[in-house]
Amino acid sequence: MAGTDFLEMSRRGLMTSGAVASAVAVVPLATPTPAQAATDRLTPSTMPVSFTVNGKPERLVVDTRTTLLDALRENLHLTGTKKGCDHGQCGACTVIVDGQRINSCLSLAVMHEGGSVTTIEGLGTPDKLHPMQAAFVRHDGFQCGYCTPGQICSAVAMLGELKAGVPSHVTTDLASPKHSEAELRERMSGNICRCAAYPNIIAAIEDVAGIGQKSGNKA
Amino acid sequence: MKPFTYERAKSPADAVVALARNPGAKLIAGGTNLLDHMKLEIVTPQHLIDVNGTGLDTIENTPDGGLRIGAMVRNTALAAHPRVKKDYAVLSRAIVAGASGQLRNKATTAGNLMQRTRCPYFYDTNMPCNKRDPGSGCSAQGGFSRNHAAVGGGANCICFFPSDMSNAMNVLDATVEVMKPDGTMRTIPIADFHLLPGDELPVKEFALAPGEMITAVTLPKPPGGKHFYRKVRNRASYAFALVSVAAVIQPDGTGNITLGGVGTKPWRSAAGDAAVPKGAKAVAAALFANPTATDQNQYKLKLAERTIAAVLAAAKG
Ligand SMILES: Cc1cc2nc3c(=O)[nH]c(=O)nc-3n(C[C@H](O)[C@H](O)[C@H](O)COP(=O)(O)OP(=O)(O)OC[C@H]3O[C@@H](n4cnc5c(N)ncnc54)[C@H](O)[C@@H]3O)c2cc1C
Ligand code: SF4
Ligand code: FES
Ligand code: FES
Repeated sequence: MAGTDFLEMSRRGLMTSGAVASAVAVVPLATPTPAQAATDRLTPSTMPVSFTVNGKPERLVVDTRTTLLDALRENLHLTGTKKGCDHGQCGACTVIVDGQRINSCLSLAVMHEGGSVTTIEGLGTPDKLHPMQAAFVRHDGFQCGYCTPGQICSAVAMLGELKAGVPSHVTTDLASPKHSEAELRERMSGNICRCAAYPNIIAAIEDVAGIGQKSGNKA
Repeated sequence: MKPFTYERAKSPADAVVALARNPGAKLIAGGTNLLDHMKLEIVTPQHLIDVNGTGLDTIENTPDGGLRIGAMVRNTALAAHPRVKKDYAVLSRAIVAGASGQLRNKATTAGNLMQRTRCPYFYDTNMPCNKRDPGSGCSAQGGFSRNHAAVGGGANCICFFPSDMSNAMNVLDATVEVMKPDGTMRTIPIADFHLLPGDELPVKEFALAPGEMITAVTLPKPPGGKHFYRKVRNRASYAFALVSVAAVIQPDGTGNITLGGVGTKPWRSAAGDAAVPKGAKAVAAALFANPTATDQNQYKLKLAERTIAAVLAAAKG
């Protein structure tokens, strides 16, 4: 039967390769040549990369697969930046790179040669909080706190985008986007909060932006 | 993720040479789509060529009054460009209707055009999917197909094309500029860039040949009229479309309409455009002459007609 033939063949194949494998085992292991490294899908490739993190120059040698998020957390032990989904769907990993907020889980560390990264640890210190950090504390803008570093980094850079005239989905006049609660909510939609602390997150951001209850024009 | 080697290209010519040298390689731009797939081992390139340093990050006026957008221009920068906001508002609106602020800061013009399906079976490597594994079958047919395409589907694949930006590029009659492996250039009209799944395997998605690289997208001179991008989705933000309408409507009631979410590629036809003055019903009838809907996504045809009606009403207001 074809099925039995197939089984037989593969068993014989297995036995032969087993013999080869044990024969090879006695030979000292050789370092793979570069050509092997490129074709052998199990051999990791490493590379040096240098960038600044919170003002401090860093030089790392990383597996090319290392995301910026993993480099920050695992290599540099900056665990303030969180991993939620690892697929760009939650915003927990948001950091500011060269002035722009990005999802650090969808970017490779080696793609940031010469770059400048700001994480939650670089925005402020426990003694000298960044105004956005202070506002989150003041407005109770979190519950478990897992999304918070991403929310804060996102909010800081987001206000810069609004100021620079970047439009959003709810902008009426593309030529001049204006502050409003609707604008802030839309622009922060890339940061999911599983605890749904949204009302207080928005209150904190409005406070820093100088709108909302303080200035009396809450939307 | 499977191991890979990595290099940085300094120019488009550099990148196409590197592509030719490494048949298992992929270009990486923003990385927001490719890395997602590599983590799940949906794609497993042996080598990555980073094109972020190729200098294709400028937006320039063309002699005929149009705009040339470099392949590496970020989605945020494109949506915020003064001329795009003023003359090609449908493009600004389409971009900001997609993804999130963080993703748009990384996503590039070329990467967005080349983004792949969000079909859940494409993402689940345990399931048959012709797009991921040619010949394995299409799990969506007979499976959950509520989000899939209601027009343009074929026996091999029925997924909708997810890019919002591409719908606007389509309604604006953009042209994709491509560098060939030998360093010479060619152009592809946007209408021919995204492909129907067709009857052959593997399922082809883009008109780009192996080894080619996108260098820019050019827009013809501004079309005038009122610009709309209306997107209907399951949540108000940070979600893909069920149906979207990219439209440029002129004061005399004529116009151009491209639909997203409903087709296997940005969905537009000459007959659909010609029907614009006659209203939404006529446009939908023209665009949906040969539907391929399943029971579960039949609703998209009606939803699209109503969304067109909303846009045409807004154009009159
Ligand atoms: C959670 C989430 C939500 C999203 N929501 C939306 C949405 O609502 N609407 C929407 O439209 N999009 C959405 N997106 C998709 C997003 O727009 C794309 O991921 C992005 O546009 C891809 O661009 P990139 O530069 O990051 O591409 P990359 O990931 O770098 O590349 C994508 C593909 O393009 C190829 N490529 C890159 N540059 C070139 C070039 N110059 N020439 C030839 N090939 C090239 C790459 O090889 C790769 O195959 C979402 C993404 C995520 C993760
Ligand atoms: S619809 Fe396309 S992407 Fe989805 S399972 Fe079928 S072949 Fe795969
Ligand atoms: S961990 Fe990066 S977006 Fe969720
Ligand atoms: S505070 Fe718990 S997820 Fe936001």
